[in-house]
Amino acid sequence: MENFSLIFALLLLLFAFSTGEMIERRHYKDIRSREQRWKRFPAITLKRIPSAWEVEDSEMVYGNVVISVDHFKRFLAGLRGIFGGRIKSYESLMDRARREALLRLKKDAMDKGFDAIVNVRLETTRMANARRNGEGTAGLEVLAYGTGLKLRNKPA
Amino acid sequence: MILSNIETVPGKTIVQFYGIVTGSTVRAKHIGRDIMASLKNLVGGELKGYTELLGEAREDALERMRQQAESLGANAVVNVRFSTSSIAQGAAELFAYGTAVKVE
Repeated sequence: MENFSLIFALLLLLFAFSTGEMIERRHYKDIRSREQRWKRFPAITLKRIPSAWEVEDSEMVYGNVVISVDHFKRFLAGLRGIFGGRIKSYESLMDRARREALLRLKKDAMDKGFDAIVNVRLETTRMANARRNGEGTAGLEVLAYGTGLKLRNKPA
Repeated sequence: MILSNIETVPGKTIVQFYGIVTGSTVRAKHIGRDIMASLKNLVGGELKGYTELLGEAREDALERMRQQAESLGANAVVNVRFSTSSIAQGAAELFAYGTAVKVE
């Protein structure tokens, strides 16, 4: 019986590893292709609007995402907690979440007909787990926001 | 109601300040979403239920802020900021604040 639960735990890890890895790879591929496609769309973190831009209209734009790591990576991160050092799996999680949120911000601005975004800000929160008294991470939330501008003269 | 997170509304001038307006919402996810999310937690990736939840929460918080600004007689809110925090038991708080102004 003990052997059975050990095998089950290992199988779960293996399943999480293979599926999680695949989901992450697919997500990165998607992120890179969208980044490439929308790289000409200006999104800047400055508050000052470049003086060459003639603003016609403005409104706030948003993009948010909640993302979680897989069971295997969480297990690895737990081991890292014993030995210390870089936790690569969590670094890639943060990276994916922020890039995704920024892409959604750009998408929101484009959908609303804006030509640029100024004062882009990123806000990150950990979503508490409903069970285990809020311990552990249910997901990482990233909210990206900024002011979308419609310009009379589109930037080159 | 125009919102902006820079100090002005581009292309317009501020003629009057009304002070800080805020909007906040605390939301819990419903159980269906929670079960789906815990399954998704095994393999990782986007938790769509939570993404939607936080999107709705953001709209709520902004709406409350807008109403407050409207009741003051403002027609825009500038320098809007967000602050998010997670409270235990799977609830999330989203807080939006800014300065209510009249622009022309």
